[in-house]
Order: sequence, then structure tokens, then C-alpha cells
Amino acid sequence: MKRVLEGSHAVAEAVRLAKVQVISAYPITPQTHIVEILSEYCTKGMLKAKFLRVESEHSCMAALIGAESTGVRAFTATSGQGLTLMHELLHWASGARLPIVMAEVNRALAPGWNIWVDQTDSLAQRDTGWIQIYCEDGQEVLDSTLQAFRLAEAVNLPVMIILDAFYLSHTYEPVDVPSQEEVDQFLPPFVPKFQLDTAHPCGFGPLVPPSDYMEMRYDIAMSMERALERFDEIDTAFAAQFNRRYGPVQAIECEDADIVFITTGTVTSTCRLVLQDLRAKGEKVGILKLRLFRPFPVEQIRERLKSAKKVAVVDRNFSFGASGIFTQEVRAALCNMSDHPTVFGFVAGIGGRDITPELLEMIYWQTKNSDVPKKESVWMGLREVKNAD
Amino acid sequence: MPTEIMDREFVYSGHVGCPGCGATIAMRFVLKALGEKTIMVLPACCWSVITGPYPLSALKIPVIHAAFETGGATASGVRAALDMQGDTDTTVLTWAGDGGTFDIGFQALSGAVERNENFLYVCYDNEAYMNTGIQRSSSTPYGAWTTTTTGQDWKKLRKKKIVEVLVAHRIPYVATASIAFPDDLLRKTLKAKETKGSKFLHIYASCPTGWRIPSEMSVKIARMAVQTNIFPLYEVEDGRRYIINYKPKEYLVREYFKLQGRFKHLTDHDLDQIQQMVNEDWELLLNKAGDRV
Repeated sequence: MKRVLEGSHAVAEAVRLAKVQVISAYPITPQTHIVEILSEYCTKGMLKAKFLRVESEHSCMAALIGAESTGVRAFTATSGQGLTLMHELLHWASGARLPIVMAEVNRALAPGWNIWVDQTDSLAQRDTGWIQIYCEDGQEVLDSTLQAFRLAEAVNLPVMIILDAFYLSHTYEPVDVPSQEEVDQFLPPFVPKFQLDTAHPCGFGPLVPPSDYMEMRYDIAMSMERALERFDEIDTAFAAQFNRRYGPVQAIECEDADIVFITTGTVTSTCRLVLQDLRAKGEKVGILKLRLFRPFPVEQIRERLKSAKKVAVVDRNFSFGASGIFTQEVRAALCNMSDHPTVFGFVAGIGGRDITPELLEMIYWQTKNSDVPKKESVWMGLREVKNAD
Repeated sequence: MPTEIMDREFVYSGHVGCPGCGATIAMRFVLKALGEKTIMVLPACCWSVITGPYPLSALKIPVIHAAFETGGATASGVRAALDMQGDTDTTVLTWAGDGGTFDIGFQALSGAVERNENFLYVCYDNEAYMNTGIQRSSSTPYGAWTTTTTGQDWKKLRKKKIVEVLVAHRIPYVATASIAFPDDLLRKTLKAKETKGSKFLHIYASCPTGWRIPSEMSVKIARMAVQTNIFPLYEVEDGRRYIINYKPKEYLVREYFKLQGRFKHLTDHDLDQIQQMVNEDWELLLNKAGDRV
């Protein structure tokens, strides 16, 4: 049924339909709408789940680790400071092989206080062993959340569904909400591969010496690689049932493009508009939208970019002392291709500043008119900054 | 009234506790009382190591090792999942040291008991970070040497009164217990098991390695801690009703202190001061308990 939903509520609808059994949450803007409505669903009995109103995000993730280890489907949502407070336990959740699903609303990190969109919070969790999926619109949010449970449980790794603050979390759009019967068909109940059980007492996560630890970590690495295949299988099954398919990346008019934008999240929608305008002017331009960030779909990216001459990566994030983070990842994916496109990195929209069509056009022309990048990442739309050092 | 000590064992040989380890004695008694329908949450502490390395475990109950500061929170999640599966019988037990309780795990503990989660939190107290090598915690008593309070910098701050903090949360049951009083320890564990909501047991667990005492003195020192009023045995129901379980005969704290290497630097004057502190704390407790002794 088509409904007009906020991005946040699209997450909540998917969680309700996934019949999550334990939710644990701590309030932080701009994530709060997700857990407020889930709390209400639990109170009204629309979702038969235990809702833990914990005293911090750190305890939130610890509670989910306890719950999922006891064999139930578990969910939370967070943002910015909350996600970074969880950092230790993000490693723990993947190391313990727990298929927890979390919605993360990208929020800039303090100081100064900024509740607006910036991807540095989630990208700083790159190495925690979580699968990361970046979403463009409300429908994609709902669909990705449903797929996330199936993917997480297939490979026993946690999944993070990532939304832009406000542009996606608080924006109302028409969203097709599937029926419970349809979702039950796509997503069967959680069957844990292991769990705390007094009939079969085991110790989970004890002291592991160097003689065993490395193999355990390699096993996670193998599951992450397998997650790419599982992702495709689940995407295919979802498309067969719901007629919507997303892929780990989405190539838009890339076949004949000389220059390809690389985007994530809602910037992609703005870029689609710019693409139309530039194509109308005869420019050979495309967009490669990245959805899956971990595992990083290197082969798919190489395949889609094989005929491009240049790529312009738009980063709403930054790694100080290096460059935009997606830029680094794309460069690394392409560097062993012979005759690969030149990678131009652009930083834009930090801390919730608008990324306008005009700004994206400037990025295009700068990329087209340069033979080589001037810097690893060029900051766009900046006022003059007088550096004191 | 002595409680019959059950034959059943859940702590097996092959554990790697130090000789005379009070924490191991405490675990053995508590699990005897709780039985096999118990799931343990084990945040970082000596016992993270004592269970033994992968793939073996010296404990014959399911154990989830947890991050240092998450004893209260992880248990909340385990409890929630069991409840969702319709299992309200299994006891969820958090087993944490004093560092994981008084210090780094304090927030998660406070949060869990404020929510009155249905679980038992046991703090086995060896009065310092023993697993990492005897560093001071907020449970380390006034006067003690540790590897971070050495020489003239011995600890000149008093031990946090964790039991009173838990009482302030008005949870159904809070009690102290000691490895030297197994009847009392078993009775309190059984009482906690039968009580719904959050329960907290503070168990005095001597540490021969960290306290610089011979291993065979472990239980004797624990007994003296009670007999000197340094570690009184008492319980508090619903945050209001105090009951003192053991009223000791007059016994000077210096007898307890002089047996332990960690206090050997203390002068007679220091010991007199400590005696005053202990007397003061005992008076406060008596006032709270009224005639319930």
C-alpha cells in the first residue's frame, strides 16, 4: 500500500514488518523519529517486541549483543555522537558474529554542535566489520532495511542502513509499504546458528590465544566476501517478489559517459537533475551511485567505470590529513586497472550545507577542464578561511 | 540456621585462578545456589581469564563474555530475549569485579537497576584492578598500596560505598556477603534468585596476589574483615529495610591490617584513624538498621 512517509518512518515500518523481538535505543537527533514510533508500536501491541529504554548508546549496543546472543532478532537506530560512542561494541557485534541491524542517520560530529548531515560518523566505522548500505530515498530505506535482516542473518554479520539527516530522515515521500504476508514470505523468522542455552552450556567470546584468533578473524573476512554474493541473491529474490532492484552500485547513463559522478545518499537525487541538464547540452556524463560500502563492490565499480575517462567523487565527509573517504576508496579500487579513469575528489555539503545543482555543475566543469586533479580533494563552496597555524 | 551446601558443581578443575583466590570460592558457592538454569554475563575481570582459554571453559553454564563496562546492559539484553522466548525461569547473572562495578561499569549497572531489570548482579570485590596487575580502583580501601598508589602515595581516599548507592536505587534486594560465611552467602543467593527485579550481591573476595598475603590466609582474612566491622554482613530490602546479619564481638582493625603486605607502611596513627572511620561507618549502619540485628 502506498503511504506518505518520512524516511525515519520508512525504517520503522520495515522493522515492524520484520517482526523484530528486541529493540534498544537511546535518543539522539535526528534519529529519534525512528525509535519514537517503534516505542509506540510496542506499547500498542502492533509490534510484539521488548523495547529497552537504555541509558546510553554504548549500553544500547551492549544490550543488543546480549539479546541477539540469546537468539532473537534485534534492532536499534542512532546518529553521530551516539554511533561514535558505540564504536567499541560495533567491533564486538561483528566479532561475536551477531546479525544485528541498525539504522544510522548521518550527523556531523562535535564540536561545534551540528545535527545536520555529514557522513564522517558512519565512515569512521569502516573497519568495524559492519556491512554498510547508503540510501537515496524513502522506498530504498524501507526495502534496504527488510533486505538487511536477511543479509545479516545469512552471513552472521551486522548491517548498518544509512540515511542522510533531514534530507532523508525527515522528508516525506510516497512509499510502497508491503503487507505482512508479503514480508513474511521474503523474510522468514530468525533461526540463530548458535545461542546462549542452558541445555547446551558454551562460553562465548573467551580468551583466544594467537594460535586461534587469526583464523577467527579470517572467517569474518570470508563472510564479508560472501556477503557480496548473498547481497545479489537477496536483491534478486526481492526484485522477483516486489519488482524493485537496487544493486550494490547503480550506474546511470554510464555506458557512453566520459565523466562519471560518484555519489552516495540523497546527493544522487540532485545529481540526477544535473545529469539531465548536462545531457541536454550534449555532455557525455553519467552517475555511479554507491550503495554498498562494506563489503566494497570493487569489481562492480571497475566494470561500470571501464570506459570512463574521469570520475568526480562527491564526498560529504573528510579524513583529515588525507582526502574525502569515498575518493580514497574509489582510487584504491581503480589503481590496479590498466588505463583507469583519473579520479577527481570533491568535498561538499559538510555539516549539512546544501549541495546545489549549481555546485554539482561546477564540479563537472572543473573535472572536465582539468587534465589532472589539483588536490586529492577540492573543498567546494567554501568561504575564505584564515588558518592560524 | 545453616543452609545445606549442595553437592552440585559448576566450577570445574582446570580453571586458572591463583592459589587461594577468593573470587573462585565465591563463584563456586553462588553457582551451587543458582543451579544449571543460569546464564552468566561476564564483563572483563579476573574471571574472564579464570574460565580458561578457548576452546575450554571451567564453568558448566552458558557464559557470554562482555565488554568491561557493559555488565548491566548486556544482561538487560539477555533478559529481554529470554522473556520474549517465554523463559522467565532462567536466572541472568552478571558476574563482575570491583573495577567493572564501582568504576567503568557503574553507568550500565545504574541504568539496568533503575529499569529494575530482572537479574542478579554480583560484584566480587578484591579491592583493586587485580587482573591487570593490582591498580587502584574506587573500591580500594583507605591505606592500601597498589601499583598505582605506591610509597607515600598510598591511597588516602575512602572506598566507595557501593551498597548504599545500590540501595539508593530502591531495588528489591541488596546484600553483602563473604567467602568466609558460606551459609550466609548461599542463603542470600537463594533469596536473590527467588526475588523478582534487580538484585545486587556485594561479595568480599580476598586476593592473595594483590593483597600480599599467603594463599592459605584468604578465608581467614575474609572472616576478619567481617569480625572487625570493615565489611559488615547485611541486607537491604526495597531500599528501606536494613537487616544486619552478623554482629561481631569487639575486634580491632589493626589485627586485620597487620596481616597484609598491602598495608605494611601504615603507622599506629594511621591505624587509629582507620579504626575511627570503621567505627563511624558501623554507627551509621546501626542507625539505619535500628534494632534489626
